[in-house]
Amino acid sequence: MLEFSIFIAYLVLGISLVLIFFRLILGPSLPDRVVALEMLATLTVGFIAVYTLSSGVTAFLDVAMVLALTAFLAAVGFARLIAKGGSRDDD
Amino acid sequence: MMIDLLMEILISLFLLTGVGFMFVAALGLLRMPDLPIRLHATTKAGALGGGLLMIAVGLEFFGDVAVAAKAAAIIVFLVLTGPVAAHLIGRAGYFVGVPMWSGTIKDELKGRYDHKTQTLMSPPGLNKTRDEQPKG
Repeated sequence: MLEFSIFIAYLVLGISLVLIFFRLILGPSLPDRVVALEMLATLTVGFIAVYTLSSGVTAFLDVAMVLALTAFLAAVGFARLIAKGGSRDDD
Repeated sequence: MMIDLLMEILISLFLLTGVGFMFVAALGLLRMPDLPIRLHATTKAGALGGGLLMIAVGLEFFGDVAVAAKAAAIIVFLVLTGPVAAHLIGRAGYFVGVPMWSGTIKDELKGRYDHKTQTLMSPPGLNKTRDEQPKG
């Protein structure tokens, strides 16, 4: 039964990945794309969790931990770029 | 035997719920009309989905302290960093002037932000009402 659940989980996560990727391409402004990237990182953490369940190798959890932190740093960097350095939309 | 089956059902429950929340977050990201609403969709549902998936992992390797600690650390990171990142992106997006949804009813920050120094001013009526309070 767990195998079937893992299969369903992979399926739904894959569909979610496609949805997020659409927003990443469509996103009318840079902050929208940053939100999509942030969600992509969270989804990858979820993917790693499901793969840990299906493979039984717990070492992947370290990758998920580092990825969660790196995604936060990337979001902070992008936010700083948008607020301080980028071009303005309403000028 | 029985406890194994129960554990499997519990793990499946956490797994599918977490994946469902992830899907809702992704769907909200695609379908919602503007930046703050998209942030609202992804930040909460995404962090909850990731946390539920990590609980499923912790239950699968039940009794393994290292795995439980890693899963707990990931949950803490997701829950701590998610709102901060969302606030930063939303704030930056507001400064840059990302257009709001046409159905937005109220924007209380409009005109209150000094875009040069990025500081927030008090509402105009605030000091007045404080002065007009009845004395005694």
